Amino acid sequence: MEKRTDGRKLEEMRPITAKTGIVKNADGSAMFQIGDTIAYAAVYGPRELYPKFLQDPARGILRCKYNMMPFSGAGERVRPGPSRRSTEISLVTEKALLPVLNLDEFPNAVIDVFIDLPQTDAGTRCAGICAAAIALADAGITMKELVSAVSVGNVNGRIMVDLTYEEESTEGEVADVPVAFMPKSEQITLLQMDGEITREQLIKALEMGKKACKEIHAIQKATLKEKYVGESDEE
Amino acid sequence: MGLLVKDKEIVTPGEDLALGMDYLPSYGTFREGERISAAKLGLVSIDGRVIRIIPLSGKYMPKTGDTIIGKVVDVTINGWRIDINSAYSAMLSMKDATSEFIPRGSDLTRYFNFGDYIVTSIINVTSQNLVDLTMKGPGLRKLGEGRIIHVNTHKVPRIIGKQGSMVTMVKDATGCRITVGQNGVVWIQGDQPESELKAVEAILKIENESHISGLTERIKEFLEKQG
Repeated sequence: MEKRTDGRKLEEMRPITAKTGIVKNADGSAMFQIGDTIAYAAVYGPRELYPKFLQDPARGILRCKYNMMPFSGAGERVRPGPSRRSTEISLVTEKALLPVLNLDEFPNAVIDVFIDLPQTDAGTRCAGICAAAIALADAGITMKELVSAVSVGNVNGRIMVDLTYEEESTEGEVADVPVAFMPKSEQITLLQMDGEITREQLIKALEMGKKACKEIHAIQKATLKEKYVGESDEE
Repeated sequence: MGLLVKDKEIVTPGEDLALGMDYLPSYGTFREGERISAAKLGLVSIDGRVIRIIPLSGKYMPKTGDTIIGKVVDVTINGWRIDINSAYSAMLSMKDATSEFIPRGSDLTRYFNFGDYIVTSIINVTSQNLVDLTMKGPGLRKLGEGRIIHVNTHKVPRIIGKQGSMVTMVKDATGCRITVGQNGVVWIQGDQPESELKAVEAILKIENESHISGLTERIKEFLEKQG
């Protein structure tokens, strides 16, 4: 069996833990940890949207903000505040989550999703999306299904799931492909690519990613149910 | 074919609830071809052929007929704008506000001023979620001194209890006057601050522990101890 630098199999993800209801003030919140990458997501809303010119009378708006905390990297301080990179990731996160939401219910309103990463080791946008999906469901927002995301890639011809920073920055022919699935309908809501990968390798990688996303989906579901266990409408 | 979940089971968005045409999708569910799936996190409620989701979390969404507690945030030309603890604010127009005659050009703050809390009822919600309120009805009034606390709107039925049993118990034990709005705003007024605090504590206890069985007994015990 082929092993990776950290002893994992090619199709094996890093250990995952997730928790929901961690931010008291938020309407919904979640933590999603995969290996050394930790993402926190807090959902506020639906709430009134200001400035008023941003309001859409036909549907509500989803606003995501992705942020890496200054101390989150591997020693080098991450400059706080918006950057080209975080703006892009905020945007793709929004697009990854939008297909499952029904925002027609909230005309003129906004749903804010804040994703913060206190510790990072590659796969941050995927961890962020997983956390945000749990947080949105926790906030009681109407969703067709959850969204699960994982990164797949090619490290010198070896196709693998959930790359670490070490694997991502290996010398040679390396590709990092973050992918988000709607696990039930198996539709892709996020697909980005960075590096070199052949068509066949990409197809194989996406198949592995789909399988991994289903595993993540099971964890997301279990996390949500855990918070509400014992709830009933009687008494 | 048929049902895939049990009554009162907790489901997450996207979970399949039933297959085939024997069941009808209602609130919080949707049909896609043969299957009915959940669109919200919550408890499954099966009533005959109708499947719906009882949500456990989320913001208050205004609904016609709800009695709620709101706060006056603005006075306009023909009424008051009321914050109803939701994504949408509501309008209380002059004609629905009082049975008194309000002369043209009179100062509307004489009736309801900024920051006043009112018990009010929703008469209409439009498709754009514009909300109209009325003060005409039993129990609808301006609230005087007291405390306001905010609770999860989905826990309101538990705080009220069957035929008001839970809130009556808290009222009787603490001697406080309590009004619970459907929007999760609770007004408490007592003779002593201590009794008000006791009532606040009791209500927050109901909110936090509603999922653990034997709630009524626990609240009773809590109210009885330390007098």
